Amino acid sequence: MDIVCIVCPKSCRITAAPGNPPVITGNSCKRGYQFALDELTAPKRTVCTTVRTVFPDAPVLPVKTSAEIPKDRIFDLMREINAFTLETRVGTGEAVIPDALGLGADVIATSDLLKETIPEGENDR
Amino acid sequence: MKPYDVIVIGGGPAGLAAAVSANDSGAAVCLIERENRLGGILKQCIHDGFGLLRFGARLTGPEYAQRYINEVRARDIDVFTETFVTKTESDGGGFVIHAVNRSGVTVLSANALVLATGCRERTAKQVFIHGTRPAGVFTAGTAQHFTNLMGLQPANNCVILGSGDIGLIMARRLTLEGAKVLGVYEAKPTPSGLTRNLHQCLYDYGIPLYLSKTVTRVFGEDRVTGVEISAVDDAMRPVPGTEEYVACDTLILSVGLIPENEIAEALGVKLDDRTKGPVCDGQFMTNVDGVFSCGNALHVNDLVDYVSENAAIAGKNAANYKKAPRKLLELQADASLLYLVPQTLDLNRDNSKTTLFFRSKEPLDGASLKIYADGNEVLGKRYAFLRPPEMETLTLDFERFGLTENSRVTFKIVPKAQEG
Ligand SMILES: Cc1cc2nc3c(=O)[nH]c(=O)nc-3n(C[C@H](O)[C@H](O)[C@H](O)COP(=O)(O)OP(=O)(O)OC[C@H]3O[C@@H](n4cnc5c(N)ncnc54)[C@H](O)[C@@H]3O)c2cc1C
Ligand code: SF4
Repeated sequence: MDIVCIVCPKSCRITAAPGNPPVITGNSCKRGYQFALDELTAPKRTVCTTVRTVFPDAPVLPVKTSAEIPKDRIFDLMREINAFTLETRVGTGEAVIPDALGLGADVIATSDLLKETIPEGENDR
Repeated sequence: MKPYDVIVIGGGPAGLAAAVSANDSGAAVCLIERENRLGGILKQCIHDGFGLLRFGARLTGPEYAQRYINEVRARDIDVFTETFVTKTESDGGGFVIHAVNRSGVTVLSANALVLATGCRERTAKQVFIHGTRPAGVFTAGTAQHFTNLMGLQPANNCVILGSGDIGLIMARRLTLEGAKVLGVYEAKPTPSGLTRNLHQCLYDYGIPLYLSKTVTRVFGEDRVTGVEISAVDDAMRPVPGTEEYVACDTLILSVGLIPENEIAEALGVKLDDRTKGPVCDGQFMTNVDGVFSCGNALHVNDLVDYVSENAAIAGKNAANYKKAPRKLLELQADASLLYLVPQTLDLNRDNSKTTLFFRSKEPLDGASLKIYADGNEVLGKRYAFLRPPEMETLTLDFERFGLTENSRVTFKIVPKAQEG
């Protein structure tokens, strides 16, 4: 299998053949080896998206998964996130949906947007 | 009117890094941003991949920006947001800036300016497409703004013209939100986006990439109903008889970015035809004494990490700026380079640690960057591969080449096959 490593901008072209142990060549570092191994067995990705909020000043908040999730669960996760509405003004790194779909990764905020834009008079819930 | 040492215009990653480093070099600094929040384009770049070089972490755009915003807030830097610069004048030794915001008109002055105004996208007006002008034609950045900041879904079935990074990022983003991306069409024979983005944004989702094809016509009255696609020849001219119709409700344009230099031009800053940004010296100072440039205003970067690096140098030099006669030497890049930044060196300044940025004109597997001074090769650096979308950077000691005002310094990329 020919793989382009997406872990860093160097974009190494890696060749990976299953086996025991698998034969992996073309990677420039250990992270690339691990990436190729995962691509052979169980590909994983970080998902970055937005979650709807109740706040008119910031209708959506950027979020991501705190760890990589299986690639074939990406659209399941998107459905879960899009069914959710955020009602608290969380900041960067705080969990929005803990352990989403039981995959072991939280959906966390990646922006302080909601903390910055609190309109005068609104009580933080 | 409070005099500053340095005024930075633009509060994106470039402006933030320039302000921090100018302040760390002892300058009284003011930062002016026209939007209501700092962070620039990164506010809407919610995908990850930022900061791998700078922080060794895979951050999203807002997370990367936040680190620098926190650095700015931790320092005694005057920040003006929602502030529009209306006039910039040079005034003997320094600069006077007129700006308006909610509290009225402000007049500020400084010894040096850093222009960090970023870039803008090429629009439908700048690409030649026939037909009507219905709703549903957006630049990729506009689609990104709608989706990631306003929470709107701008497309159901869309065609993307241009394989620039923003278009690739938006292909994945719209797919995640349930839209169908029918294809990315690129007029050139090679993609313009980063290789990793082709893989993680298109191929991961089965989105096809068509090379040497372009959109030649848009159909639809109120809203786009379809586009006509044509193959193009080597000179990028549409080939008659190759037209095909693709039904869609949205056309997204990702056809390139142009450095934003309105303020620079008003100050008399000379622009480079290749980068479309200012011609600068090794200090990242433009031809106008005391005016520095950095980030996407200087040249369009693919990695924000380099923007921060270049901006920090510009900020430091602006803080230390004292007017002095300049002795400029041109750095000539031949046609094998898409461009080279800086374009000149000021021989009256220290050039022992000059940071250079360049792009190869052609995609090459195995090549050397060669530098000649008066015909003698003074440097040869090997690269396993060079790709036009992937900018390269290096830091050089020009002092050891014994350059004078009359030297001829040329840069050339030599493919491996042509080396002995
Ligand atoms: C869609 C997109 C995706 C990208 N993806 C990646 C990626 O995955 N990884 C990566 O490393 N890099 C990526 N980049 C590149 C990186 O984001 C940019 O190189 C970087 O943001 C440039 O920073 P800047 O400060 O020069 O410009 P900007 O971020 O554009 O900031 C310029 C700021 O100046 C302000 N301004 C302009 N004119 C004025 C004026 N007259 N007065 C006051 N303020 C003004 C603007 O409002 C803006 O806030 C991406 C870029 C884009 C556009
Ligand atoms: S193998 Fe290592 S160096 Fe190469 S792209 Fe992957 S992470 Fe980067």
